[in-house]
Amino acid sequence: GPLWERPLLEVRLGELHTWISTCSFSPQGLLGAVQRAWSSYCAKYIHVKQGGPAGISMLLAGYCLLSYGWNYQHFSKNSLGSPS
Amino acid sequence: VLHTTRPLHTTQQSLAPVPPLPEKGGEVRHGVIPEEFFQFLYPKTGVTGPYMLGTGLLLYFLSKEIYVVNHETAAAACILSVIVYAIKKFGPNVAAFADKLNEEKMASALAMKNEAIESLQKAIDEEKKEQWRVEGRTYLFDAKRNNIAMLLETNYRERLLMVYNEVKKRLDYQVAMQTLKRQKEQEHMIQWVEKNVVQSITPQQQKESIAKCILDLKALSKSAHAAV
Repeated sequence: GPLWERPLLEVRLGELHTWISTCSFSPQGLLGAVQRAWSSYCAKYIHVKQGGPAGISMLLAGYCLLSYGWNYQHFSKNSLGSPS
Repeated sequence: VLHTTRPLHTTQQSLAPVPPLPEKGGEVRHGVIPEEFFQFLYPKTGVTGPYMLGTGLLLYFLSKEIYVVNHETAAAACILSVIVYAIKKFGPNVAAFADKLNEEKMASALAMKNEAIESLQKAIDEEKKEQWRVEGRTYLFDAKRNNIAMLLETNYRERLLMVYNEVKKRLDYQVAMQTLKRQKEQEHMIQWVEKNVVQSITPQQQKESIAKCILDLKALSKSAHAAV
């Protein structure tokens, strides 16, 4: 299909900047993108007949990474490399 | 209030039947990394590529202190080990329980559907039987029509017979009248003739006839004697 309708995983590296230029960065566009990503994640890992721990464990791991990233300043203050 | 001008069911899309859920979710290795990542790196680096990448990244983060080791690291390690142990031990039980719940729901829904189908089928059969009965109604009407025709016929014949009897009675009366009249005329004529004949017999003729009779009798007795 045409470039702007393909999902992100099917876009090649060389066409990435053109793809980014075609996607809309308005609030509705971003909200639509977030909703599509969430619904595709749900359909793939959560709304199945026999799901395992994979569905929520990936969400928890992502949450851990995000929270580590937000609190990095606080962590780096207690590290060895910080000037104290 | 139903607005009949609004078109209903114009699109092909319909909400039912809902397509069934996929059996298994996307493959995930070690619980956090989707299988697509390993497949993505397989052509270039083979099977061990992602693991080498992971080890290298981990060492890089540790050495550059992008990931800081503190008391929370120990807590995270303990929690993770407990979680992994719990999943490995109680996973299948929970899965079986959830499957059983699902099965019960499906069974009840299926039972309802089957019941509805059965009741509708029974209704269809009843309707067919009613239609068959309606077909038989024509025969009923034919029989009734026949009955009525027969009644009319018998009534007509009864009346015909009555008319015939009445006419015959009247004709018989006329015939009886005529025979009676003729009889009376005959009798009267016979009487009149007799009266006239008796009147016409004079005493002279009476004596002559008596004498002739005596002579005849004598002759007859003579012949009778001779015969004996």
